[in-house]
Amino acid sequence: MDTLIAWLYAPWPWYVAGPIIGLMVPLMLFIGNRSFGISSNLRHLCAITQPPQVGVDFFKYDWKEHTWSLMFVIGTALGGFLAGVVFANPEPVKLSLAAQEMLTDWGFTQPGGSLVPEELFHPSVRNFTLLFACGVLVGFGTRYAAGCTSGHAITGLSTLQLPSVYAILGIFGGGLISSWLLVPWMLK
Amino acid sequence: MLRYLPYLLAGTLFGFVLIKSEAASWYRIQEMFHFQNFHMFGILFSAIATGMLSIQLVKRMGEKRSLEGMPIEIPSKPPGKVSYIAGGLIFGLGWGLIGLCPGPIFALVGTGSLGALVVLAGALHGTWLYGALKQHLPH
Repeated sequence: MDTLIAWLYAPWPWYVAGPIIGLMVPLMLFIGNRSFGISSNLRHLCAITQPPQVGVDFFKYDWKEHTWSLMFVIGTALGGFLAGVVFANPEPVKLSLAAQEMLTDWGFTQPGGSLVPEELFHPSVRNFTLLFACGVLVGFGTRYAAGCTSGHAITGLSTLQLPSVYAILGIFGGGLISSWLLVPWMLK
Repeated sequence: MLRYLPYLLAGTLFGFVLIKSEAASWYRIQEMFHFQNFHMFGILFSAIATGMLSIQLVKRMGEKRSLEGMPIEIPSKPPGKVSYIAGGLIFGLGWGLIGLCPGPIFALVGTGSLGALVVLAGALHGTWLYGALKQHLPH
């Protein structure tokens, strides 16, 4: 029992986490012949909240048919609460030495001290402007590409879809540009 | 509402794993894009391998019905190129900057992070902007 409890508090290795995430693909098929993906919920949330006088066609559909998907992301937030608050890991993120050196170089005083750095997520006008702007990129890009990491990298590649290969190339290219060029510049 | 319970539970497991594996950590995403640790690649590769293997099994099982009664079909994506690459690139730029893709955004909102809520608000505006500009964009 004690080992089980300790396991719930500890961070999970990739070989446990990866297969569970991968099993979401057949699990969603078995529950209701659904395609596993997260970012379409951003569209459903827009469809729910769009005022009738605005009327962008892309958001005019019966979002209630996608209630299952919204329930899934409500679950995702609930899982986040359980893992990050109820069974929170008291230890810092165990980063590689190379990453620690790079982050110290970038001016971080406690690299990996919590899941996300205070330097970027602490409430301030500058931080929240930046977080909002990056959120816009994520929302715009995922809808333009019709999927995110879950829909393309996991579901798309699992089912051998060529469009997902294109999307992954774009996603990884964008990520490399950001983390090598934009992040160091942003932290200056 | 009871028919949605399996989705809620699956989502809960997903969110739990995203936080426990630290896939929702900005630090882990920087580590990945700088090739400084195998951790995130391990998660992605083993997830894809598990998904692929189980899809092959599902295909070999022949005709099966899901819990909700509809026959199981392997989903396929509409063909295209420009929108997948350009959209992926824009999303990737955001992901590399704030280290959160949509799944981890929802999981981190669940931990009570105000910053993640701001990212979610931005993502909703970005989604809306795409919907409004859709017909003017190359696909």
